[in-house]
Amino acid sequence: MKAYDVTELALRNLRESVLRNSLTTVGISVGVASLVAMLSLGIGLQQLANRRLEKSGLFDTVRVTSRRDLRNLTREGGENGPDAADSPPLNESARQRIAQLPNVGEAYPEIRFVTELRFEDRPHLSVVAALPSSARTTDAFEGLEGRFFSSDTAAEAILERSFAQRLLGSSPKPGTNDSRPVTALLGKPLTMRYGERTALPSATAGSADQPDTAYSVTARYQNLTIVGICDLDPDSMRGQSRARVFLPLKLTEGLHVMDPSNLRDTTNVPGSSPTYSALEVRVDSPQHIPPVEAAIKQLGFETFSLLDATKNLRQFFAVLDLFLGIFGSLALTVASIGIINTLVMAILERRREIGIMKAIGATDHDVRGLFFAEAGVMGGFGGALGAALGWALGHIINGGTNLYLKRQHIPPAEIWFVPWWLITSAILFAIIVSLVSGLYPARRAARLDPVEALRYE
Amino acid sequence: MTAAAEEKGNGSIAVRTDNLCRHFRMGESLIPAVDRLSLEIRSAEFVALLGASGSGKSTLLNLIAGLDRPTSGSVAVQGRDLATLGRDDLARYRLRTVGMVFQSFNLIPSMTLVENVELPLRFAEVDRAERTDLCQKALERVGLGARLHHRPGELSGGEQQRAALARALINQPRLLLADEPTGNLDSQTGREIMNLLEECNRSLRMTVIMVTHERSLAERHSERLIFLADGRLVDDRSAAPASLAPREAR
Repeated sequence: MKAYDVTELALRNLRESVLRNSLTTVGISVGVASLVAMLSLGIGLQQLANRRLEKSGLFDTVRVTSRRDLRNLTREGGENGPDAADSPPLNESARQRIAQLPNVGEAYPEIRFVTELRFEDRPHLSVVAALPSSARTTDAFEGLEGRFFSSDTAAEAILERSFAQRLLGSSPKPGTNDSRPVTALLGKPLTMRYGERTALPSATAGSADQPDTAYSVTARYQNLTIVGICDLDPDSMRGQSRARVFLPLKLTEGLHVMDPSNLRDTTNVPGSSPTYSALEVRVDSPQHIPPVEAAIKQLGFETFSLLDATKNLRQFFAVLDLFLGIFGSLALTVASIGIINTLVMAILERRREIGIMKAIGATDHDVRGLFFAEAGVMGGFGGALGAALGWALGHIINGGTNLYLKRQHIPPAEIWFVPWWLITSAILFAIIVSLVSGLYPARRAARLDPVEALRYE
Repeated sequence: MTAAAEEKGNGSIAVRTDNLCRHFRMGESLIPAVDRLSLEIRSAEFVALLGASGSGKSTLLNLIAGLDRPTSGSVAVQGRDLATLGRDDLARYRLRTVGMVFQSFNLIPSMTLVENVELPLRFAEVDRAERTDLCQKALERVGLGARLHHRPGELSGGEQQRAALARALINQPRLLLADEPTGNLDSQTGREIMNLLEECNRSLRMTVIMVTHERSLAERHSERLIFLADGRLVDDRSAAPASLAPREAR
């Protein structure tokens, strides 16, 4: 019998016992819906975590320091590359070499210093950090009030909210917004007082490899305009040294700020090729972190990344998805027993019909195909209905969760995500489970003795 | 062989059984439904199988139809030993070579007449467009042209049996097997069905083997009467002393 005829006959047979077959199909759809619901919850949570981590910029960033750095003196040798003594300086040419490595998006110096800021003639001490323009996509600036820097050299500043509140003369009260909105600061001037290092002509002649190091430190003022207020320091893992004021990277680089907290800084010669205490290297994807780290180590520098944390996270979500999938499949297993029951009942009811079909020329294959098709059609319909049900359930729960989060003054989150591949896989899985469930009834129907079947009343 | 069969002069054997046995086990005892039965039926012959209940008529018919397998001996139809055929080959044999009509019509109640008649064509993988035309013609031939889309439950017994006959003939079989085709019909309707069977035999030169209790009906419409008792052949003769005369004159 042709596939088209098998399907047509299967559909008409299913219509004959519409209530029973509908109930079986609903059973399958509930199974599929529970599977879709469980897996989409797992996927949603994983995506939420990934989004947060990606936006934090922590997992696609490698921090590079020189092995000559005091902080690395204890790590003699290291895993790769030369010893600390042979390690090259982390200067502009090193930055450019690192920036040209494959999969590296950008490499920029970490500039972070403590200095004084004056607002309305009152001094405030704070950590100032320089930010590249790529930082605008990180989650730190998701709730940014005002705007990001207009350019990399603009004399503009973004303030951390608590610092902004400090400038306004009040400290934030827990759980409440200050009566004077921080946005009042937008467009206001802010003056930064800092020490600029300038190289001085050497009084004595030094050799080429041991140049004399002479420089002056001059107090300078930089006028800034407050353009934005943000909630978090994008590099918030720094704890105590968390920055409260952010400046554009190129502007800050050009200021040649002396950071007295960095011992190396005091002996570095400022000049045409500046030396950095650390570089932040942004990699295009977290999965490219290991090769980039290896390449940087080969150049003789120390690296640090948080990739291992994401590995553990992926492992956790893989196990979570597996468990959610198993729980979701339980309902589908129950539904598959329903299919077997329905088809076995159908064999009993249609025993004579099977006998007639065999008497007029149906092969075992035809009869088997017919029962298989009935199981497959129920699986297909149940799968499609279940996927739609699971999808709708996801939206309802998302909506409910967001409503709850809103009441708790927490930003909304997509904890439920149903990808297309899950919908198609769930329908296919339902069909496969139904066909497997149909194996025994179909085989039983095909092996019926026609003479016995024709006698059946 | 009967005189009537010889007179047909066809010569080729449609059905041959040789020492055919079909035993059924009932608890400890073995019941011989068909017992060492040997016979030959020529092509285009109209044969009636007669005998009391339990004499083995229907079992013999099932063996010839390929619905059942012999315990021993052989049954050959058009030279093919059915015992050597596999399940699929037997199904194809039932589809292409044999048409069957049953006492209880055996139409599928959930299907319309057209769908019932169409079923063997589906199994034979005939194209849909061709199927519709063939079914319509087959049902018109048995006088059911106006009942194409009725379900069996909406028809009289005679109409149902005519529809069953249309279904049996749809694949143009060489052998038509009828198991008590008039058993559930009144005498008038029974005669109409018998006339249709006779017409198939005569106009289509189809071999017809009919199981019946009604000797008078068998004598009137068939050429040869085979009597069975306890699964054995007890008599094999032409339908009537005047069997040489044309059947329409009886």
